[in-house]
Amino acid sequence: MDWQGQKLVEQLMQILLVISGVVAVAVGYATESFRTMMLIYAAGAVLATLITVPNWPFYNRHPLKWLDPSEAEKHPKPQVVVSSKKKFSKR
Amino acid sequence: MHSFGYRANALLTFAVTILAFICAIASFSDNFSKQTPSAQIQLFRSLILLDSDVCGGKPVKILNINWFQKQPHGNDEVSLTLNITADLQSLYTWNTKQVFAFVAAEYETSKNSLNQVSLWDAIIPEKEHAKFWIQISNKYRFIDQGHNLRGKDFNLTLHWHVMPKTGKMFADKIVMSGYRLPDAYR
Repeated sequence: MDWQGQKLVEQLMQILLVISGVVAVAVGYATESFRTMMLIYAAGAVLATLITVPNWPFYNRHPLKWLDPSEAEKHPKPQVVVSSKKKFSKR
Repeated sequence: MHSFGYRANALLTFAVTILAFICAIASFSDNFSKQTPSAQIQLFRSLILLDSDVCGGKPVKILNINWFQKQPHGNDEVSLTLNITADLQSLYTWNTKQVFAFVAAEYETSKNSLNQVSLWDAIIPEKEHAKFWIQISNKYRFIDQGHNLRGKDFNLTLHWHVMPKTGKMFADKIVMSGYRLPDAYR
């Protein structure tokens, strides 16, 4: 999943769960049924899980651009130089 | 949100938090229900020297006092037959699991300013059963701490606890006064 996808997933998850909660309370209170409220919320939570947890392709529409391997060879990694003058000695 | 486990954990935590909010809202909605319970408890007047004029105008009447004795250890004990009529249906909301109702006899003695003796109780899970008429002798023994019951005036109080599916439990009572025990053992 790319960065844009991760942001989308987080927003979708929160919105879906909050909306299922609100709808569950509203319908449960109107129908005077505690069981209805719990069922609606459970269904909403399962739906949110199916939409946000698996790595769907539409979350990967802005893929990260990694450096091409042939380009990387032209610019070698800098070496760390250890100077003998900088040796730490106790007296 | 970069891995499956991360997303699953975040979703589970948030879902449980929202569930807690839902239950709190459901419990809070109980404050808005209008409650109008009513009750009557009756005793016969035929066998007892009750002041019939006093009891005539009141909704509460004692049915029958079966026996009234002094135990070998010195404590008074009474057996009563109660006729309980109650309508507790308005206490039920969508968030009610059951209603626990009990009848207690309350009186004052020189030793204790308030004595409460539970005589009968019931658990009522369904609204349909909350409007009832029952005639029974007391389920639990009415024993005094001492021998103070002769000629004693007492109240019969119907208490109830509305137990919710989630959240706060409400309790209240109806006090019915005007009952009196006989002046002599029998």
